[in-house]
Parts: sequence; C-alpha cells; structure tokens
Amino acid sequence: MTPFAQLLTSLVFTPSRNAKLRLLMRYFDKAPDPDRGWALAAIAGEMDLRAVQPSVIRGLVEERVDPVLFRLSYDYVGDLAETVSLIWPAEPEGTSVRLSGVVDQLAAASRSETPALLVRLFDQLPPEERFALIKLATGGMRVGVSARLAKTALSEWAGEQGVDAPVERIEELWHGLEPPYVALFQWLSGGGPEPDVDLSLAFRPMMLAHPIDAALYSADELKANAESEEATRARLAERLAPSDFAAEWKWDGIRVQAVATDNGRKIYSRTGEDIGHSFPDLVEAMRWRGCVDGELLVVRDGEVAPFSDLQKRLGRKTVSAKMLRDFPAHIRAYDLLHDGETDLRGRPFAERRTRLEAWASEAEADRLDLSGIVDFAQWDALAEIRAGARAAAQEGLMLKRRDAVYVGGRPIGQWFKWKRDPLTADCVLMYAQRGHGKRSSYYSDYTFGAWRGGEDGPELTPVGKAYSGYTDEELLKLDRWIRNNTTDRFGPVRAVKTELVFEVAFDAVQVSTRHKSGVAMRFPRIKRIRWDKPAHEADRLETLQRMIRD
Amino acid sequence: MVNAKALLELNANGLFCPLGEFYVDPVRPVARAVVTHAHGDHCRPGHEALLGTPHTIEIARTRYGPNGFSKVKEIRYNGNIRLKGVKVRLIPAGHVLGSAQVVIEAKLGGKTVRAIVSGDYKRRFDPTCEPFEPMPCDLFVTEATFGLPVFRHPPTEKEVGKLLASLSAFPERAHAVGVYPLGKCQRLIAELRRAGWDAPIYLHGSLRKLTDLYQRLGVELGETRDATASAKAEMAGQVVLAPASALSDKWARRLPDPLICGASGWMTVRQRAKQRGVELPLIISDHADWDELRQTVEEVDPETLWVTHGAEEALVHWRRSQGYEAAALSIAGRSDEGDA
Ligand SMILES: [Zn+2]
Ligand SMILES: [Zn+2]
Repeated sequence: MTPFAQLLTSLVFTPSRNAKLRLLMRYFDKAPDPDRGWALAAIAGEMDLRAVQPSVIRGLVEERVDPVLFRLSYDYVGDLAETVSLIWPAEPEGTSVRLSGVVDQLAAASRSETPALLVRLFDQLPPEERFALIKLATGGMRVGVSARLAKTALSEWAGEQGVDAPVERIEELWHGLEPPYVALFQWLSGGGPEPDVDLSLAFRPMMLAHPIDAALYSADELKANAESEEATRARLAERLAPSDFAAEWKWDGIRVQAVATDNGRKIYSRTGEDIGHSFPDLVEAMRWRGCVDGELLVVRDGEVAPFSDLQKRLGRKTVSAKMLRDFPAHIRAYDLLHDGETDLRGRPFAERRTRLEAWASEAEADRLDLSGIVDFAQWDALAEIRAGARAAAQEGLMLKRRDAVYVGGRPIGQWFKWKRDPLTADCVLMYAQRGHGKRSSYYSDYTFGAWRGGEDGPELTPVGKAYSGYTDEELLKLDRWIRNNTTDRFGPVRAVKTELVFEVAFDAVQVSTRHKSGVAMRFPRIKRIRWDKPAHEADRLETLQRMIRD
Repeated sequence: MVNAKALLELNANGLFCPLGEFYVDPVRPVARAVVTHAHGDHCRPGHEALLGTPHTIEIARTRYGPNGFSKVKEIRYNGNIRLKGVKVRLIPAGHVLGSAQVVIEAKLGGKTVRAIVSGDYKRRFDPTCEPFEPMPCDLFVTEATFGLPVFRHPPTEKEVGKLLASLSAFPERAHAVGVYPLGKCQRLIAELRRAGWDAPIYLHGSLRKLTDLYQRLGVELGETRDATASAKAEMAGQVVLAPASALSDKWARRLPDPLICGASGWMTVRQRAKQRGVELPLIISDHADWDELRQTVEEVDPETLWVTHGAEEALVHWRRSQGYEAAALSIAGRSDEGDA
C-alpha cells in the first residue's frame, strides 16, 4: 500500500503533465503484479468495488475520537477522507499491507462486514495509506490523472522496455481487459504476447484532423497569418488540389463512435470513454450492425438544436423521460469503420463513403443520418459555401483526402478542419491570474469584460476567460503591464486598471446562467492585444448577446 | 487560597505581570518587555527596555538595528533576576536559537507560586537550539499553533529523506524550499547537513544576515551561497532556500525548472499545501504538534492552563475534559502562519 499511497500524494501535488507521466512510469516499473494493475484500475476509474458511504466512515471515526475534537478538525481540514486519515488515533510503525491484499479484502467483505474491516485496516496503516484506502473504498480518486494519461504512461514505459505498444493500441485493447491487467503488464514489460482480446465492441482510436493552417503555413508563419480568410484561400489554391479532397460539414455536437454487434452496443466519446448510459434512446435505436464515426447532436423535427441543449444530456448517469422527450439524441454519420463484421479502416475514404451511403440506406436506423458531402470544383467556390455556414449548427468544413485510410491519432496531411471564421469582440482586461507549471510566475490567465449600462453609467461585466493566443514575448509584456497596473489582489489573482483592450476570438456565444453577464464564449482566445485602443471603445454586452445563435 | 493567576493578566498591550511590572511578548511598545524569542510577532521594536536571552537580544539587534530598543538586558538560561515583586528565570523552549520560556515566581500568602509563559515551543530534536526544558508550574501559558489532533508531525528525518529522494529523482530541477528567515531556514540547513547533504546551499538575499549570525553564534551550517550571485545551471539538483512569497513570484525565474517545496506544519493538510503552489510538501515544524502539546501540559501539570495563538478551542476542550481549568486567551496580532 505504501508505494500506491505515495504515488497518489505525488500526483496530487505535481502540476506538470510530464512529471505526472514520469511518476506513473516509475510506479509501473517498481510495483509488482497484481498491485500495479489495481493501482491502474483505481486511477483509470475502472475499480469495481461497492462504494462505502462517507457517513459510514464518519460513524467509525466518531466511535474512536472525541466528537468535539473531530468536528473542530473536520471544520479546519475540510475533507472527510483527509481528516479521518490524520486523526485516526493509531500510530502503526510502517506497514507491509499490500494494495492487492486490501482490494481482495474489500471485494470479499459483505456490506455488514466492511466497517469492521476498515477499522482493522485503519489501525494497521499510517495516515497517507489510510487516505488512499478511504479514497479506494469511497470510490473517488480525483488525483488529476485522466485514463488517457495513465495509458500514455503505460505506452511510454513499455517503450523503455523495448516493447512497441502505441497508446492507440492500448486504448483499442482496453475494453477487453480487466483489472488487475496481469497479461497487459506482461506484454508491456516484454514478458509475453499482446493480450488476446475480442475487439468487436472495442473503441477504435479516432482519426483526427489538423487545422487547415497547418497545411498552409510553417510554425513561425502561423501567428501572423492565422484566421485570415484571404491568405487561406490563396494558399489553398497554391498547395492543395481540390480534386484530391472531399468536403463535408463539421457539426457542432460531440464526436462519437457508435458500435453495435450481436454482443452489445456502445457509444464512445472521442477519448474512448463509454457514454452510452447518458444516451439510452440512441443505444435503443442502434439496431444496425457495424461501427460508425459521427457527430452526436440533439435534433428536433429534423433541426439541429444548439450545443447548449446537448450539454444538458452529457455526463448524466440516469436520464429522465422528460429529458429524452425534450432533447432527443441523434447521430449524424461521417464515416463507416465496420460494415457488419467487415473492417473498412484500411480502405480509402472515397470507398468507405460509398459503403456508408449504401449501408445507411439499408440499415434500420431511425436516429441516424449522414452528414452531406459538399460538392465543389474550386477552393474559391468552397470558401463561399463555408462563409454561409454561420446560421446553421455547422462548425465549418472538413476536408478529407479521398485516398486516406482510417488510422487512429492525427496523421499528417490527411484530414483538415476548416472552421468557419471565428467571431471577435473587443473586450477590456479586468483580472489576471498566475498560470501553472512553467507559467506559474507569470500572469497568463485573463478575465475580460464588455460594457453595459450600470446604475452609475457604463460598467464592465466579465464575459470570458482566456489563456492562449499570445506569443511568449507578448506574455512578458502583459505580465509587466499587469504588475504595474494592479489595483487589488486576491491570492493569485490581480485586479487591474480597466485600460487594456484585447481583441478576443471565439467560436460561438451561448446563453449562460452560471455567468453574471448571462453569456458564455466557446473557445475564447486572445487574437490581438490592442495597446492602441482606448477602453471606452471596447464592445458592449449587447453586441455579444446578438451573436447568440438561436 | 493562593492563586498563580495573580501573576499574569491580559490587557490591550498583551500579557502583563502586575507584581513585576513587565510584559511578556507585548504586542505594542511598552516600558519593560521580557520576550520569549525574536520572531516578529513576539518581539517588536520600540520597547524602552528589552529583556531576553543573549541570543534573542543578538537576533533582535540584527533584525531591528541598534536603535530598536533604548535599553537591553541579557538574562542567561537558568539565571535568576528579580523584577520588583517577582523572580524571573528563562529556560529553553526548543523553538529557535535563543528561545525561552519565562518562569515567574512569587511568594503569595506564604506559599511560592509559579507561572510559565512558554512562548512558541517544540519537543523534538533541533540541531540549532537548546531542547525544551519541562518545569512543573501552577499556571502554564501555551501556544496552540497546531492544536488539533490532525497535526501529528512525522519524524524530521523522514521528511528530510523525502527531499533527498526528490533531489536524486529530479537532478535537473532546483529544489526551492519556502522558509521563514529566522529558525526554519537555519534548522533546515542543519538537518540537511545531518542527513549527509554537503553541497553548497543557495540562499535568497533576505536569509543571509540571520544565517551568518547563526554561524557566528556557533551553529555549524556548512557552505551557503547567494542564489542571485550564482549561475542558473549551477543550481540544478541543488537546494535553494527563499521566503515563500519570493518562490511564487518573479524571483523564482532565476532557478532552473524549480520544484517548489514547503517546510512547515501546515504541509500536513493537502489543500493548504496545494493552495500555496507547493509540489513537495515537507512537514517540518518549529511548533509542538498535538501529541507534544498534550505531553507537555501533562508533564508540567498546571492547575490552570491558558492557551494562546492557534487552535485554542480544541486544546482547552481536551484539558477541561480531564477535569482541569483551562481557558483561551486571544492575544491580538499573533500571526497564524508566519513562523510555523
Ligand atoms: Zn516563533
Ligand atoms: Zn508565535
């Protein structure tokens, strides 16, 4: 239990992704089987233990500790698991209890036996391990590590053992593997073959696109040219042949992969997370056989609803009948990866598209339609079509090489997204916050506002937050400006003189009940710093409200 | 019945001994102040007469300059002096170099009564100062910075071991520890030396004066260098000490990929450590933890316990539940976190 508990602690305190990877790799290297497999399951959220209620833990501690002292301590610490782990009166001398032993005991104990087991373990374990135990037993790890990061660590660690195990392959196998993953670790450490897994229902790593600019500019040209329509058109004609590409609409929903076989049905998010439980209406409708790559949308009477409607259905464990009625889910298909049992991923896009059309016309698919192919002969014509995309729930266009096979990840030169032009607004910097990791000594996160009428004349109301879009040089300049123009400080946040204007780019404006201004920007970034522009000339809130799509 | 409570009372200036006509650790300038140690919240400039151990006086002079106090009087550990109607003695408190408990005795109604103001203290070994000396008394005034049962500081060696392990795991990163300039800084250096770390230790400029003073007063600290005068690459894989505020600001940019460490009792609580941007929390404290507080109270076994700065409520509750008299004294101006 000691190495696992130490790993959890270090992960919590380590901000950088790279350092987290190294901590995980070192743990996988040193910890024996099956301990490391259980740790992996806990971190990746795959631990299947009956969760102990926090009230049970609380009851246990109140039997052992003066309730007044417990209450004072809990008030101070604020987290139950941490308070209990620190206050528990036993002080064991180190421990030889293994993680796998703890997991076995928790799994074997009945609901009524669990409290006594926890007491026994609390007495045996030092505070840091008690904390890990409580997190295991109550089922909430929250160590700031995604399943994807854990798998990346596995892949890189395997590389160090001389085993070629791309993270996409691990994700593919993942669905068929179970904790404590002994066969997986055997393979990754070079001690065995790749685990033999039935992959028919597994997540196929998704093929992703590059922004069109990546095909047109070198890295150092990007900032100067990005998001300029004319420049993009000219370069497109120069660099890419229109006949090599198919264009299709990119819809404003969430990208999913839906797979149905005789053994079951799954809907996966872009990262391979199974989200079927939030969309029982779709799962029910998946009476076809195959694997589809598409966009999950809310569609009412044939019309795509705004993204904010889809958001209401995301992340739900149970879905009410009203939700199902008011926000009906739908898949708009882009691609067909499996037609029944036939794997099409090695075939060119043009052939897959033909198969998709034929498959869809025959499949019993009432909640599924196809994303249309946009005909065009010249880039200029396509640009015109794209310019008209604003009103519909279309994020822009996808360009796909007709001869591109389907491979997971972001292969170079195959797929491009050509988003519609971003919206922009001039906003005034209000607050700045220090960043994380490498940027922790710089004020790099900015909250900006727009004008609205207040009781005493115009006032600024925050409308968004951005921490990208500027160069390193600009960051230095901004940091200096913020330090010289601070009016107030709250911990890591500074309020500044409302004098500096940002031209902010964003993909859309949504209605928001969480923000005081009533609006929220999607993907805001700093497009330009307007050192020259007086703050009173910045945009008004009404301008943003008019950008909300109905 | 004679009562030691006659020896001390609380007023707006702090704890006052009416029979001796002096204050202990007053929060405002007064005519005569006996101070337990030289931390800013216990020893402030401006008193007419300052009384303390020779080391405390030396440190106070270094911090506040020769004009910080009109008159000073040194009292050696265990040397008695008479102040008006009481006898005063200073005994070691184990908190920082020169730190003392103030023992006040008087004959009241034919019987000798004793009150002790312990200032800040700890019970575990500290290579930079004399260990705490427990002395039975009738009235004990204790701090309670870590007066909650969640605070049980692990062995210092274990925490120093964590720092050394991280130095070997991340040899390309400067390990920058946020420290208080008096006490924590020098103790951490001494603990590292004890654990065998003999490389130069790099200091923020504001730590220099007191670190040099400690060495002049005979505390062995090995080689220290000024971080600002050292090349960036040289500090990779080395220990750098600085006030915590400097580490979360521009100053830290001179360090190679700094790994921010904290060294205090507050590091016990994850959320608090994280809030401070700490990547490696080290629980190294110059204050007694919950167990040490209780052990100390039981050893000195006072009829009356007064609890000052910190989590007074819990310690008072515990002592009362044992059937003794205990009360919280809230003294304004004591820092919650400064020197923890
Ligand atoms: Zn102190
Ligand atoms: Zn203090």
